[in-house]
Amino acid sequence: MYKYDKIDQQLVNERVAQYRDQTRRYLAGELTEDDFRPIRLQNGLYIQRLAPMLRIAVPYGLLSSTQMHKLGDIAKKYDKDYGHFSTRQNLQLNWPKLEDVPDILEELATVEMHAIQTSGNCIRNITTDQFAGIAPDEVFDPRAMAEIMRQWSTFHPEFALLPRKFKIAVSGTKDDRAVVQMHDIGMEFFKNENDKIRIKMWVGGGLGRTPILGSVIHENLEWQHAISYAEAIIRTYNIHGRRDNSYKARIKILVKAMGIEAFKAQVEEEWSHLKDGPLTITQAEFDRVSAYFEPMAYETLPTSDASFDTNLASNPAFTSWVKRCVHAHKTDGYRAVTLSLKTHGEAPGDASSAQMHTTADLADAYSFGELRVSHQQNLILADVKLSNLFTVWEKARAAGLATANIGLLTDMICCPGGDFCNLANAKSLPIAKSIQAQFDNLDYLHDIGEIEINISGCMNGCGHHSVGHIGILGVDKDDEEWYQVSIGGKKGNDSSLGKVIGRSFAADEMPAVIQKLIDTYINERTDEEQFIDTVRRVGADPFKANVYAEKESA
Amino acid sequence: MSQLIIGHKIAQDEWTRVIPPLYGDEPIRKQAGKVVMFKLHGEDTFTQKQIDGTEIPASDKILLPLPIWLANKEALASRMAAGEIGIVLQTHEPIETLAEAFDDLNSLPVIAVYVQIFADGRNFTLGNLLRTRYGFKNELRAVGDIMCDQLFFLKRSGFNSYQIKEGRNAEEAIASLNDFTEPYQSATDDVPVWRRVSR
Repeated sequence: MYKYDKIDQQLVNERVAQYRDQTRRYLAGELTEDDFRPIRLQNGLYIQRLAPMLRIAVPYGLLSSTQMHKLGDIAKKYDKDYGHFSTRQNLQLNWPKLEDVPDILEELATVEMHAIQTSGNCIRNITTDQFAGIAPDEVFDPRAMAEIMRQWSTFHPEFALLPRKFKIAVSGTKDDRAVVQMHDIGMEFFKNENDKIRIKMWVGGGLGRTPILGSVIHENLEWQHAISYAEAIIRTYNIHGRRDNSYKARIKILVKAMGIEAFKAQVEEEWSHLKDGPLTITQAEFDRVSAYFEPMAYETLPTSDASFDTNLASNPAFTSWVKRCVHAHKTDGYRAVTLSLKTHGEAPGDASSAQMHTTADLADAYSFGELRVSHQQNLILADVKLSNLFTVWEKARAAGLATANIGLLTDMICCPGGDFCNLANAKSLPIAKSIQAQFDNLDYLHDIGEIEINISGCMNGCGHHSVGHIGILGVDKDDEEWYQVSIGGKKGNDSSLGKVIGRSFAADEMPAVIQKLIDTYINERTDEEQFIDTVRRVGADPFKANVYAEKESA
Repeated sequence: MSQLIIGHKIAQDEWTRVIPPLYGDEPIRKQAGKVVMFKLHGEDTFTQKQIDGTEIPASDKILLPLPIWLANKEALASRMAAGEIGIVLQTHEPIETLAEAFDDLNSLPVIAVYVQIFADGRNFTLGNLLRTRYGFKNELRAVGDIMCDQLFFLKRSGFNSYQIKEGRNAEEAIASLNDFTEPYQSATDDVPVWRRVSR
């Protein structure tokens, strides 16, 4: 993974000093609440319902074991012994003290980490596929470009105060796992017929209260122009994006209002001034950064392993874990492992300090000392030998990190919701918990098969509800918490937005509602269909009929 | 008193910024009950009544809002020629309007860019464009809701003077110009770090 040089380290150290001074001025009363807000927000510090929340950047979701150990230490020393991994592959601390934040940042800087631009109206953490570099279907490893873009976006002077937040995702696989169509800018790297690296650029996608899939703004951009083209897009947005209404300030609204053709014409005009200038990424810089993402020192291994096969044949619990939590790898004899942060009864994405240390130890012993965070809020060991899987499973299981539910119903995406967040209309964690309790049977979960339930506590959509196969959105009706349910959303190349099935429900109705949706699916499905396929084939009506039937007759 | 920084020093302000009067009947937009401070790109800056009612000092160096200059340019032509007039551009005003109003922008000794609130980052793009696309070489001044926390970004976006908001510490603001030694990306002052140094 990328290692800081003197320049990277100096920048992060200078940021700590700058933020320490800003905090001092705020605490001394020299900065008002209003003045301090945009400053702390640039640094990932929100003032939440109960305490400040600090969001720590995990660039494109990649972490070293040293960094993970440090996060575990920080969660113990400055927080309540746990942290929350978010859908932007970052780590959130829910209980730090505002006056401790400069010290936390200083500790983070010692392991090449920071909280720069993890919130605020600026370019946020750039995300990618959690299997980048190791996925068999990958055509281009996007991590070097993600790092180049990370550096470019860090303290970008022109784009420090945009109309609204700005999210970029990069992907290099045929099967999109980085949700590029749901980002302000999505970059899908591919190789053209001459084996040259090109980018399909998407713009104006996003979740939130107006979910919109992105539009293609460039079909075939040479990789050297990734930054100049992005600058042309963001400059156009900075000038023309709405600032009078924060709900209409994202670039997606501008693109919709202008139309993609008119927007593209403006961007291309801007780009004509920037193209082939100093923003053009040099081969030398690309090579310098790529050198940090060389493949690991893999052993030459056979494609199978006898002890693994034996365990697979004799241990059903191990087998079901392998089925759900172990993923294909480019290299023979290696697999990627998902450590589930979706233990039934725990908040999705939460990890205790002890679990963080365990994952770091596992990474050191079995996966070249590296970890990844997925946007589904789980942790990944990307390079585990087949022969080590059983040991990894045993250790992960002992630490509560081996729930065999990846991709299944209880592998829900869920925002922190009304328990923590100021913006939320409703709590989301208790809903996740009650659904987990309703479906607390692994055999049943495996029978239901792959399904994504996404829960957001408000229409800002941090829980990605609009692309959940089942989406749950917390809404406020006369000061009471209600939940709106949609079905038919999906991420990936064939993305779609879910449609609301009807009137919303009280919290205690939710497990039964999900049960009815699942029952309908099981009645309607063909042998090979997953939930989303059935919804797409039969439409929403049978689901609605079942969910609302009893209500009407009661 | 608000203080002016030119380059890296506190300086005496030779310019008087002309501010049109408020009559109380200017259109006000609200979102969720709060007054919206942001104007959209291309929106009118002042009402005709405000433009008509603006008093322009008869002597001294003055900074005029662009619409005020456009409404009075014949009467003020000789003062412009004498270098007594600079222009204030607001962040929602199209930069093309400014560029079209002058044969040579460098006939202006000062262009000031005004932001009503801190969170308006359009001034960065305007500064960048004035320097890189329109070749403006003279004093580029940031005015309005300006404090030390924007200064490093303003400097990189081509500004070289800063009118620090009243009640803010100008010494701290000067120090903040050096917050970061080696920024990553290109801006008006430099090329990207990978073209600057060997890493």
